[in-house]
Amino acid sequence: MNDKNKIVAGLIIFAAIATFPFWYNMGKAVPVPEPKLSEKAKAAKVCVEPKEFMKSEHMQVLDVWRDVVVRNADRVYLSSSGKEYNMSLSSGEESCMGCHSDKVEFCDKCHNYASVDPYCWDCHIAPKEKK
Amino acid sequence: MSTKYMYSLIAVIVLVLLAYVGVEAAGLQIFFGVVIPYLAIITFVGGFIYRVMEWSRSPVPFRIPTTCGQQKSLPWIKHDKVDNPFTAVGVVIRMFLEILFFRSLFRNTKCELSEGGKISYRWEKWLWLFSLAFHWSFLVVLIRHLRFFLEPVPASLQFLEKIDGFVQVGLPGLFLSGAVLLVAAVFLFLRRVYIPQVRYISLAADFFPLFLIISVALSGILMRYFAKVDIVGAKELTMGLATFHPTIPEGIGGIFYVHVFLVSVLLAYFPFSKLMHLGGVFLSPTRNLPNNTRAYRHINPWNPPVKVHTYQEYEDDFRERMIEAGLPVEKEL
Repeated sequence: MNDKNKIVAGLIIFAAIATFPFWYNMGKAVPVPEPKLSEKAKAAKVCVEPKEFMKSEHMQVLDVWRDVVVRNADRVYLSSSGKEYNMSLSSGEESCMGCHSDKVEFCDKCHNYASVDPYCWDCHIAPKEKK
Repeated sequence: MSTKYMYSLIAVIVLVLLAYVGVEAAGLQIFFGVVIPYLAIITFVGGFIYRVMEWSRSPVPFRIPTTCGQQKSLPWIKHDKVDNPFTAVGVVIRMFLEILFFRSLFRNTKCELSEGGKISYRWEKWLWLFSLAFHWSFLVVLIRHLRFFLEPVPASLQFLEKIDGFVQVGLPGLFLSGAVLLVAAVFLFLRRVYIPQVRYISLAADFFPLFLIISVALSGILMRYFAKVDIVGAKELTMGLATFHPTIPEGIGGIFYVHVFLVSVLLAYFPFSKLMHLGGVFLSPTRNLPNNTRAYRHINPWNPPVKVHTYQEYEDDFRERMIEAGLPVEKEL
């Protein structure tokens, strides 16, 4: 007597779990998201820091900005390029969202793809979507 | 300094350097980003199935379940249904608790000789605690990584990430499972170094997977919180693997390939190593068999076929002569 049947059943479950991503995505071509820049951002050409830096460090920048603004009431950011910027996420033209006005096309594109769910909009009022 | 763990440590350092130099200097992105991961997953799944199928050829042994409670006996003696199971249900409950909560480790004690020469067994739960933390956080980390292999990412996965990152420390937010995994793996390593008895029985094959997992965790943490890699590019690569359209996006740092390579080595090494306890735990005969040898006869599966001649057949052969000789028979003529 041996328990081959039970073991084979267990192995089938194992193989199904181990190869789950392959059959979950079966036959799907997944486009890579490309965040769309608004006209204003395109015209400005530069963000507060170089693009590559912003791409990897924007969350850190925002985190530091929040602490500086809330704790020190200091809204002036001195960029590495020597220019001064207003530290604000979403109020007015001189803010992140003032330039990157379309949250869905700019922020959410990559965030959704990478399953990142930042808690910015727990406190800030999210910009209205244009329908 | 023990050579046993130095060998393992050096092996892992060599692997790290191999991937880093291979990608950064030799430009072998396709090799380390596509070829190796595919080979690793094939080796893992194929090797795992092969190993377990080899085991499955062994006959089920005579039941020798380890017992931690009263066996089913007379009706007025209280039977411990889980720790000394008699039925399949009891076995399932026992296995469930063993696999998910490591109950046998919970019974771990420390044996000591005190100064008076008295032997004492002391409470020792640290191994249980840290191995539980290690395995569960590893599982959570593994499940969390599905976000790189599934598109769209299921809501259940995002829910798990929410819970894992609920402390909201820093940005990108700290995932507790990653930190716990690293701490627990380091504990499991230090345990093998600092406890003399455990150090004595530890081999290079015990240290290698630990170093591998520690460096996988370190490279992952480094990538997420410190030397940030292009996460969209990373997902593009992994999604390419999962959909069989491998691509190598530009500009992902070498550390990403180190991480992928270490995980690939871990996967490929898995079926050949002690890590097979993942499958083996289900097949432990002292745990997964009910203790019912008093009620059911065990027939040895490798008994050779024996030609038997029963008393009834004997009587059939000689009945007339037995009656003639005046011997008693069970069946009269």
